[in-house]
Amino acid sequence: MLAQFLQFLFSGITVGATYALAALGFTLIYNASNVINFAQGEFIMLGGMLAVVFTQAGLPLPVALVLAILVPAIVGVLIEKLAIEPVKGAETVTLIIITIGASLVIRGLVAVFLGKNTHSLPAFSGDAPIEILGATLLPQSLWVLGVTALVVVALWYFFNRTLQGKAMLATSFNRLAAELVGINTGWVLFMSFAMSAALGALGGILLTPITMTSYDVGIMLGLKGFVAAVLGGLGNGLGAVVGGLLVGILEAMGAGYISSAYKDAMPFVLILFILFFMPRGLFGGKSTDRV
Amino acid sequence: MKKSVYNGLYLVIAILLVLPFVLPNSFYLDLAVRMAINACIVLGLNLLIGFAGQISLGHAGFLGIGAYASAVLPTHFGWHPLLAMGAGAVVTGVLAALVARPIFKLKGNYLAMATLGLGIIISIALRNEAQWTGGPDGMPVPAMGLFGFELSNDKQWYWVVAALLVVSVWSSLNLIDSPFGRALRALHGSEVASQVVGVDVVRYKVAIFVLSAVFASIMGSVTAHYVGFVSPNFADFFHSIELVTMVVIGGMASVYGSLLGAVLLTALPQALATFEGWETVVFGAILMLSMIFLPKGLVPTLAAKFGKGE
Repeated sequence: MLAQFLQFLFSGITVGATYALAALGFTLIYNASNVINFAQGEFIMLGGMLAVVFTQAGLPLPVALVLAILVPAIVGVLIEKLAIEPVKGAETVTLIIITIGASLVIRGLVAVFLGKNTHSLPAFSGDAPIEILGATLLPQSLWVLGVTALVVVALWYFFNRTLQGKAMLATSFNRLAAELVGINTGWVLFMSFAMSAALGALGGILLTPITMTSYDVGIMLGLKGFVAAVLGGLGNGLGAVVGGLLVGILEAMGAGYISSAYKDAMPFVLILFILFFMPRGLFGGKSTDRV
Repeated sequence: MKKSVYNGLYLVIAILLVLPFVLPNSFYLDLAVRMAINACIVLGLNLLIGFAGQISLGHAGFLGIGAYASAVLPTHFGWHPLLAMGAGAVVTGVLAALVARPIFKLKGNYLAMATLGLGIIISIALRNEAQWTGGPDGMPVPAMGLFGFELSNDKQWYWVVAALLVVSVWSSLNLIDSPFGRALRALHGSEVASQVVGVDVVRYKVAIFVLSAVFASIMGSVTAHYVGFVSPNFADFFHSIELVTMVVIGGMASVYGSLLGAVLLTALPQALATFEGWETVVFGAILMLSMIFLPKGLVPTLAAKFGKGE
């Protein structure tokens, strides 16, 4: 009983950590630009796929991993410069279609150049499972959780203790006011796309040794990251992390105890219920509209 | 103004009357039928997105309910196709009405999330309930009979769908001009202002959502009978996006824009077939470019350029 529960919990928080990174990516871009970036899932896919390609090309693992984060970050910046900046202030649905277009381009290019096969990465520190109270934990899960925790701490430091981070926060509160006090909001937009793509890619790399990757894994991962971000209350960083872990745990528990066929549906059922009763997510708070 | 609105309708009727006689072969006739079906769906969706200003990223789910009602009920329970179509529409209507009230307390991106989630749940259910739906492989749909007369070839389908399209355009034009339509446009402009002048905002949003969902369900049934086959892809997220794209590329809040958007995006995959392997890349690039350079959509942009209203 307990062993089974722990087993589901472990797999839940492992996947949930990846959703949390994706949700942080959504949050960063949303705060800087009010755009829901539907290409977020493709950064997760790109990270995993590129890590596979670079390691197979014979690059040492650390170099391959850094490159597999850097390239998606550049792609993110390109999307911002070429597709988001020119349409500033467009309607929500227009922005949604642009980012979906971007995700199709990325997915299509990966399918053309890297093929449609499923790939895996070797685990970073072996596959010998660790036994805890009858449940097993893969060493790679520890990597996922540890790195995610580090990233969260680093982000907290960045946003609360550095001038650049505070500039980004200020822009998300009030763009015009931020510009008035001399914050370069163009730079903030640029940084938020680079950081959010890098976060997504990092999650993809960490998860690939466990769940494998292919050109089309980005859609579901991205949508679940979106669920996580909305669950926590769009724009709330802490909410994104909690939302990601909750979505991961719920999905694993649902798959284990209720129905594995409906695993992918669980996050969406959850978010519908949450939104019915808490229209701004768990930590969204109350909003007032200016008339 | 009134006159020029109907001029467009007459043009549509004229094109529909001439079209079957100038199309070179059945391939184009098939394409024309699918364009007309999509045009009907997009008209309904545009009432919701363009006129009332509410996003739905799950409309393919409603199409799916209609399509599968028309496949499952006659196949497994021997229902008459028309009855099955009606049942699909009723189920869709009830489902849409149930979720609409809580959903329409939401705005913008939260609304996008909720409708997206609803669509995905429907498509996953269709994929999983294999004993009824055939699972990921889909299932065949029995032919549609009307008054002892079976719709079998593309020509017959063409006239049926053409008639549906004319009725849809006509009723959309009238609906927009009715008090209901004015209320919708008012709440798109400003919900608070329309509330102040006495528009029951939530009731109108729910009504237009249910209307467009039921319409999608009926057109889903029509598509299923026409194609003779349904698969879960028909209800998936990507199809929802395609429909929204038709609305936006043609032009939000533009009846004739809906028609143009549906025609262009139905033809696009055929045109892209020449880009072997690159279809997805080119399709994505076209979505991005058209939104960047024509964010208002084709018909409103052209109408503004030539200095006259639609």
